[in-house]
Amino acid sequence: MKLKLTEDRPIFIQIKEYIEESILSGTMNAGEKIPSTNEFAQFYKINPATARKGVNELVDEGIIEKRRGVGMFVTEIAKEKLIEKRKETFYDMYIEPLKDEARRLGISLEHIQEMIHKGEKQ
Amino acid sequence: MKVKVEHVTKKYNENLALDDVSFSLDEPKIFGLLGRNGAGKTTFMDILAGHNVASNGSITINGEDPFDQQHISEQICLISEGNNFKRDLKVKHVLNIYSFFYPNWDKELALELIKQYKLPMNARVKTLSKGMESALGIIVGLSSKAQITIFDEPYIGLDAAARKRFYNVLLEEYEKEPRMIIFSTHLIDEVSLLFEEVLILQEGKLILQEDAESLRNRTCIVSGTEEEVERFIEGKEVLDRNKLAGMMTAHVFATAEEAHEHGLTADNIPIQDLMIYLTESEEV
Repeated sequence: MKLKLTEDRPIFIQIKEYIEESILSGTMNAGEKIPSTNEFAQFYKINPATARKGVNELVDEGIIEKRRGVGMFVTEIAKEKLIEKRKETFYDMYIEPLKDEARRLGISLEHIQEMIHKGEKQ
Repeated sequence: MKVKVEHVTKKYNENLALDDVSFSLDEPKIFGLLGRNGAGKTTFMDILAGHNVASNGSITINGEDPFDQQHISEQICLISEGNNFKRDLKVKHVLNIYSFFYPNWDKELALELIKQYKLPMNARVKTLSKGMESALGIIVGLSSKAQITIFDEPYIGLDAAARKRFYNVLLEEYEKEPRMIIFSTHLIDEVSLLFEEVLILQEGKLILQEDAESLRNRTCIVSGTEEEVERFIEGKEVLDRNKLAGMMTAHVFATAEEAHEHGLTADNIPIQDLMIYLTESEEV
């Protein structure tokens, strides 16, 4: 769990990512209640409006749902949706930087493949 | 509560503390009022609280002048850096007096905070340490539950743990009962995430009023090779630039997305740094 937010990226995105991570890692599961925006605000010492913005984006994306007067809950499709989203950005986030760095160091694509297989065998 | 500031000017002899300042604030938000020393922050807050009058222009609260008007001043609580209370009063007397003045006074909260901050009820204000006196100010400010609560550098002498407790209670109380909280401090790093809206004063003028999140979003630090960065910042408002060994960083008015599209890395700029750059670039 992230204990401190940094100001170099939008705060509401960091709140959003924290919730996404928790769902992906299984800390928060489908049907479970997530902390209220006030709890997020208290914990991270941030303006409640900022926390709300992060949470609301996840509501819009169908990752969490509001139940009136009760709180906010992880939806049934949340994890699946997040995995889909992560898969879409996997290339940009991991493969491209990997290839860039390999090019700079003069590591061939074949060599990278070898390295990946080596990791799998262990 | 609606605060409307129209062409406010304040002169102390020849000194222009506020120079034709106009803006309005709508509740309920936590506002950060920032600026260098002598920018006019304290003067502004004094006038808003009705403790001082403008030389020219007007500040109105819900359309009325706050100066010398009980029904408005009981909705405003200003806690300053020091000397908030008469030196000979005991802590319990201070609480008592304020409880009469503020109709929404929260006695339970006051007593709870007195306990948390370990203030002796029977001690006179003049015998309190700096930190304790600041704590008393914070307690009064929070317990007043005034619709407009103003903290002007309220924690001289308070240690980090005591300040943290203050932020906690402030947020808790704000969430329970949203109200207008105006916060001025030099410890911007500690509190900038609490702000919803930021105002920056510079030599008596208001140079910026903006939602904190949008301010962070439309400014960034880009970095890359000198050539790339120079190309990117051309025609943009640049706050600061640094070069080292062919690499360059620039603080610039541009979104991080724009910078990414140009293949540059970009980070948001902390509010504290923005304040410094904004107030520096106009000095020259």
